[in-house]
Parts: sequence; structure tokens; C-alpha cells
Amino acid sequence: MFGNICLIFLQMVVILGVSPFVVGLIRKVKAWLQCRKGPSVFQPYADLRKIFCKEAVIPSTTSWIFTITPYILFGSTLAAGLLVPAFFADMPLGFAGNIIALVYLLALGTFFLILAGLDAGSAFGGMGSSREALVASVTEPAMILSIFAIGLTAGSTNLNTIVHRTALFQGVTTDPAPHLLALGALFIVALAETGRVPVDNPATHLELTMIHEAMILDYSGRYLALVEWAASMKLLVFLSLLVNIFAPWGIAVEATAGAMTLGLVAYLVKVSALAVVIGILECTVAKLRLFRLSELLGAAFILALLAVIFFYMFRG
Amino acid sequence: MFKMIKKSLKTATVTGQYTSDSDNAPPVQCTAEAKRKAKPFRKSLTIREVDTGSCNACEMEMNALTNAVYDIERFGVHIAASPRHADALVVTGPVTVNMESALKDVFKTTPDPKLVIALGDCAINCGVFRDSYSVTGPVDRHVQVDIRIPGCPPKPTDILNVLAELRRS
Repeated sequence: MFGNICLIFLQMVVILGVSPFVVGLIRKVKAWLQCRKGPSVFQPYADLRKIFCKEAVIPSTTSWIFTITPYILFGSTLAAGLLVPAFFADMPLGFAGNIIALVYLLALGTFFLILAGLDAGSAFGGMGSSREALVASVTEPAMILSIFAIGLTAGSTNLNTIVHRTALFQGVTTDPAPHLLALGALFIVALAETGRVPVDNPATHLELTMIHEAMILDYSGRYLALVEWAASMKLLVFLSLLVNIFAPWGIAVEATAGAMTLGLVAYLVKVSALAVVIGILECTVAKLRLFRLSELLGAAFILALLAVIFFYMFRG
Repeated sequence: MFKMIKKSLKTATVTGQYTSDSDNAPPVQCTAEAKRKAKPFRKSLTIREVDTGSCNACEMEMNALTNAVYDIERFGVHIAASPRHADALVVTGPVTVNMESALKDVFKTTPDPKLVIALGDCAINCGVFRDSYSVTGPVDRHVQVDIRIPGCPPKPTDILNVLAELRRS
């Protein structure tokens, strides 16, 4: 019991503390590839601190949904962060839910953000909301199906079991095809859910091309800081999911100090490596036209479907 | 894709490769009051650009600040899409009749603490548009201006100098 509380606290600190760094790292990689010097990787921390100190202006046309959304978004994303294994193979909130709970906790945050985008009544907010709803509804089948594929190979939808079995080379490496297909699908889903290129461009200033940014145009002060922090946590949750399901090697399996430290270092290295890959991808791939998004996410769905079919075909 | 990565790795960083021309640069005018107000934004500053009727020359220079050579982002300065995200309003151009209420609205929706930077001669004293029937006056007639950056248009290096002065205590 006490150990679990300690683990919850530790992982909360890691998720909250590391997430702005990941965003800063992606920006730095992008800056290098654009021949710029770019801001320091710790710039997002300075940004968050500054925004927290600012006054929050609330539009007079909004209802309670507008003010409650940042808290729901932040809370649900943090809870989702405690439902993925990060540096330790057991997730802190493992008693409360499995990977399906994680998917729908993230969806809860997205749902409220869509409502908040509509709430302020500005044209861009509504546009962003409708686009986010489109992306979310096309992403969800691909995400759930790829999770089913992973669950089938590992024999459980419990992330603990999945990570343990992959880390100890049980079952997964003897039959890697469904796993690799599911990796492809989940990577595309991660890009779409966290609003990265080619689905959405987080660095855009042009309202007409925005998806996630358009919904938060009316937030300021601490609300904006919470929304931004939640967005970076969501990115970290997806990166943790990817590295720990598909490459959990190095993760702490026993609760000893040495194993935990090694697990933390391995986790940071793996997440940073994946962030660098995303940075390179953002510099070399163009953003897709909105109406072609369904093709990309359809491809993710097909990959996940093939993963499930492969599992049943090659089981014998 | 790989060609592009190879090219950008070959080019290496070009940031800072501009002539500073410090002899001809206009003296940086930053009052102690402006510096005190800019203190919370030393490490991170978000700018909202407000065009109140400019000829777009100042916008071109602002745009140049975000390119690879000037790279304003390395100082932690972002340009935002919404005044609610902004710490500093950069106002360009004389305030025209149609943009007067928009300027006041933007000023009201920007959360405190905030700075107002008048960029270019037009924003400071209406420049070549002085006495025009469609101009209601310079920016400081409508909102309080903290920092003035003269020039028609000001060079990107001039803008960088002023921002560097603001970061210094």
C-alpha cells in the first residue's frame, strides 16, 4: 500500500516534470534541421511559469464549461499518465483500470476541450472543435483495434502483463508480425491524437489551418498553462505507451532502487529518441490537407486490422 | 526526405549571420518604467502583432525576425495567434478610423501584465500618413505605449537590440 502511494507520487513527478522537456526537445530538433539555433530545451518550463503568473481573462460569453475544462483536461491526462507504465513495469493506478480506461480518459479531456472551443462562440474555436471531433472519431477505431491486436498477442489488455511479457521476451518476439503492424498503427494514432505534423501543426500562426490551437485561442493565464501542460503530458503518455509496449527493455521489473534508477534512465533515453524521430518527421513531411486525414487514419486502421488478422492466421 | 536532411545538416546553423551595423543604429530608448514592466518576461515573451493600418513594411521586418538568420525564438520570444496568449502587443501603422476600436478591444483582451510596443515611425507619430482624413492619431493617443522602436521600417537588428535591452536588468 505504502509502496504504491510512493510509486504514484514518483510517477506523477516524472510525468509532470519530463513532459515540457519532450516538447522542448522536439522544438530544438526542428530548429536544428531548419538551420536555426532555436530556444533552449528548457524553454517550455519558462513559458509555463510565466503563463501561470499572468491574469486569466475570461470571455463574457462563456459558461462554466469554459472554466472547468482546463481542470478536467489536466486531471484526466494526469490520471492517464498514471495508467501507463513509465520507468517501472507496474503502473501506479493499475488497480483502477486497464488500457481501455486510458484511451477513454484521454477522450474525456478531448471531449471537454471540444465543448470549450465551442463555448467561447468565436468562429475559429468552432472550426477547431469540428476538426478535432473529426480527427478524434476517425482515430478512435484505429487506436482501439491496434490495442486489441497488442492485447491478443500478449493475452491481456492489462498493460502490466503486456509490458512484463514483452520485457521478458514471452510470446511477443516469437510472433512479431502483429506487433510491428500494431506499432505502425499506434504511431500514426499518436501523431494524430497529440496534434503533430502531418495531422496538425503545433507551430502554426494561421488560424485557418489550426486544429488543437484553434480551440484554445480564448484561454489565458493559468487556464492556458494547464491546457498547454496537459497537451505536453498527452504527448508524453503516447510516447511512454509506444516505447513501453514495443521496446520495454531496461524497464524496472523489481522495486529495488538500482532497477528503478536504471529504468528511469532507460525511459528518458527512449522517450527522447522517439521525440527526436518526431522532430525529424515534422521537418521533412508536409501537413496533410484536412480531407486527406481520413486516408492516413484509414491506413492506421487497416494496419491494426491486419495485425488482428495476422494474429489469428499465424497462431497455429 | 533524406536529401533535405542532408542539405540542412550540411548548411549547419546560420543564426546570427547578419551585419549588426551598430554605428548607424538608432539609440535604444527604454525607460526604466518599461524595463520594470518587462521584468516577468525576461525568459519568455509572447508577442501579438496588431496592424492598425500599416503599409506592411514593418510586418515584413517582423516576419524576418522568425527566419533562420535572426531566429527570435532562441531568446524565448514567440509570436502568438491570439491576444489572450500575448504578453506584448506590437502595434504597427497609424491608427486608422476602422482599426481604432479593434486596437482598444485587443488591448482589453490581453491579460495583465502587458507591454505595448509601437513599431515604426507611423505607430509613433503617424509618419507619412500624418494629417490624413482616415487616421485618428498615433498609437499612444489610444493606448499607453511602453516602448517605441523608430524606423521606416525598423531593421530586424533594431528590434532585436530593443528586446535585448529589455532582457537586461
